[in-house]
Amino acid sequence: MSQAEATVSNRSRLSGAEIQQLLLRARAFIALFVLVIIFSILSPTFLTPANIVIMSKHVAINAILGIGMTFVILTGGIDLSVGSIVGLCAMIAGGLINEGIILEMFGVVVYPHVWTIMLMTLGAGLLMGAVSGLVITRFNVAPFIATLGMLYVARGLALLRSNGNTFANLVGRPELGNTGFPVLGAGNFLGINYSIWIMILFAVVAAFVTQRTPFGRQVYAIGGNERAAELSGVRVNRVKVLVYMISGFCAAMVGLIISSQLVAAHPATGTFFELNAIAAVVLGGTSLSGGRGSISGTIIGAFVIGVLTDGLIGLGVSSFWQQVIKGAVIVLAVIIDQLQARLQERAALQRQQQLA
Amino acid sequence: MNKMAQRADSADAIVLRAEQITKVFPGTIALDKVDFNVYAGKVNVLVGENGAGKSTLMKILAGVERATSGKLLLDGKVIDIHSPHDAAEHGIGIIYQEMNLFPNLNVTENIFMAHEKVTNGIVIDRKEQRRVTQSLLDRLEQEIDPDESVSNLRIGQQQIVEIAKALAQDVRILIMDEPTSALSASEVDVLFGVIRDLQAEGVAVIYISHKLDELLQIGNYVTVLRDGKLMAERPADEIDVSWIIEQMVGRNPASLFHYQARELGGELLRVENMSLPRLGGGFTVDHVSFTLRRGEILGIYGLMGAGRSELFESLLGLHPEGSGTVWLDGEEVKASTIRQRIQLGMTLVPEDRQREGLVQSMSVADNMVLASLKKYLNGFYLSRRKESASVDRMIDEMSVKTAGPQQLISALSGGNQQKVVVAKSLLTNPQVLLLDEPTRGIDVGAKAEIFEIMNRLAGEGYGIIFISSELKEVLAMSDRILVMSKGKITGEFSRGEAGEEALVAASAGGHGPSARRSHEGEAERPVSSFRSRSSR
Repeated sequence: MSQAEATVSNRSRLSGAEIQQLLLRARAFIALFVLVIIFSILSPTFLTPANIVIMSKHVAINAILGIGMTFVILTGGIDLSVGSIVGLCAMIAGGLINEGIILEMFGVVVYPHVWTIMLMTLGAGLLMGAVSGLVITRFNVAPFIATLGMLYVARGLALLRSNGNTFANLVGRPELGNTGFPVLGAGNFLGINYSIWIMILFAVVAAFVTQRTPFGRQVYAIGGNERAAELSGVRVNRVKVLVYMISGFCAAMVGLIISSQLVAAHPATGTFFELNAIAAVVLGGTSLSGGRGSISGTIIGAFVIGVLTDGLIGLGVSSFWQQVIKGAVIVLAVIIDQLQARLQERAALQRQQQLA
Repeated sequence: MNKMAQRADSADAIVLRAEQITKVFPGTIALDKVDFNVYAGKVNVLVGENGAGKSTLMKILAGVERATSGKLLLDGKVIDIHSPHDAAEHGIGIIYQEMNLFPNLNVTENIFMAHEKVTNGIVIDRKEQRRVTQSLLDRLEQEIDPDESVSNLRIGQQQIVEIAKALAQDVRILIMDEPTSALSASEVDVLFGVIRDLQAEGVAVIYISHKLDELLQIGNYVTVLRDGKLMAERPADEIDVSWIIEQMVGRNPASLFHYQARELGGELLRVENMSLPRLGGGFTVDHVSFTLRRGEILGIYGLMGAGRSELFESLLGLHPEGSGTVWLDGEEVKASTIRQRIQLGMTLVPEDRQREGLVQSMSVADNMVLASLKKYLNGFYLSRRKESASVDRMIDEMSVKTAGPQQLISALSGGNQQKVVVAKSLLTNPQVLLLDEPTRGIDVGAKAEIFEIMNRLAGEGYGIIFISSELKEVLAMSDRILVMSKGKITGEFSRGEAGEEALVAASAGGHGPSARRSHEGEAERPVSSFRSRSSR
């Protein structure tokens, strides 16, 4: 990042190689820009306010999941369970609103306030993440396997919660004092949907945490060289558990947003969301082997995916072709990423040689 | 120039010639315009210190690495070797220093890996493979079952399998990179017999070893590398061990280190009965007790596998299964985690800079502050100002040559990377510095700088314990020397009384009559055991 700053300060004598690097560095942003221009030319409705609102809501979902996923991937892990946790948390929230907490021994049903329900749901997300993290660190299970297991377990629990049925009409009842849940999905502040504000808040906090706190630095260090981090006194296991908890928390937030937007909770909610989240992270230049990447990249990556998907839909491209195009874009992004990493290394070596 | 004359005189035919080979790695020049001749039917010895470029040169010949520039001539014709497969096509075989066997497969399968004997071009001919394997093992006078899984073999036996694997391919040129480091004396004799047979068949052997007397016993030509440069090439019968050492080390290494007499302070560290059990019985660190005073440089000498690195790791709290008591500054250390021990003032500069010391994907600055992040907190976030103040001071104090604090660590030379690791340790405000082979693989100038830093720190009252396998370094730098062997301390010498012979004798202590048997303890470890980091 500060290398970027250095490049800017030397603008007066930017060499060709440096411009090349700058362009590569901003590639996701450029790709986004190009996509927006192409789609707005091809489709007159693309840049209408209504379309932008819908698109941003879609982007917010991927971006929030992507933020949690970025932490995990920066440590060199992966979290396949986020889509299922979205579904499970939606079901938890929906169940609490429509059915409340049944306390059989007292023969009463407690209907918590919506705020309490949201906190409980977010807590459930943290818990699921903590379980994944503990399985990974204490039992030395590969993250891929541990979170694959969690993917099935959470989806199964989501289905079990209602025997596969949907919790519909999550508006609560005034006499029970649990109304107001749909506001999260439908409400606006300054004309902008709450989900987008949540994305902005999460992104700002996450960017700050990764860049400016010891925890963030340790996340990068573990992804770069776990052994060196351990010998430097980093509590590797603790940090790893925390990143899966963050990912679970973000998934729970998305579960709340979606069920609130739909005013219903369906157990299949969030299926395959993990793949979009991973794609957003990777498009944003975060290395799957860990140690390299950024939150800002992930946000741009989420926008690229969102714009691409909605733009293609708007153009009437068949959903089959959409998948082909999306897949190709993701692979292309990683190829460019490798290219940039190599260029950056070469540039660093050159600077060092000029010194000698 | 007299080198050229030498070559013209010699009647032996050069089968393979490497000309002006240069290999640049990020941060270092591993080989700098090196010429190397391989004579047919001779044992061509290659010697040099760690990091001199021997293994890199061999990897280039074997097709594992590609030279940055230079050419290879086989029988006078330029050849291109892009892969180990190409090398094999040209009849070049290699036995690596590190084991390259598949522990999950049996001996026969290992020997024919990627060169399987097949019938009809599809099916593996197990019978024929087994027969050839058996005859190879007979030739090597080994009673190893061709069907035995490699993971069940001793290290020495595995080395024999490596040799058999190379022999199974009809090689004209066979590279042996430290083939005897894991062999017992009798196995070495068998190996030498095989080498002489190969010679008689016209095979050119390239032989790398650190055991200098062994080299002169088996070798015909000796080539010396130092710091990636060719120093000399001579027929073995014209030279002796002292000539080799002179060529290897160059200027008298003692001139690198100038010991500064210091006032030693009071007791800073006391270690009692430090033990670390070994998988499969016995101890890697065997009830070790010692003390360290303020301002003291304590050297620890020993052979590979003596338990020195494990002692450091135990001190830092890396092995919860270990036992023993540590007093720091008069107080018993109760803290058990690495983080807590670092906070108490103990810090480790690990032996393997790349794997344990640095985070390659991070910048110089980020690496430096990694172990001391708490210091730069402003509330709950890191203050850039505080960070860069520390980083700039360290870059200056240690004279780290870097294009800037934000430079990628991987772009720095080995010596400068090492200074960054030391700086990272110093920023934790330590009292005791544990330096594990701090000068391994860095160039002569950087070594001298590291020693200067050690002197300065000791002068400031730090307690320094440093592990080294280089006798001259230990003797020159230490106030006191401990010698370890098989996990035990087998000798303690003050600066005045220590001598090379005494250290070597002590380092072989507990190893029985022959120093060559020194690795048998290690040989019991199966290759598959995770973390079997042979402590070199």
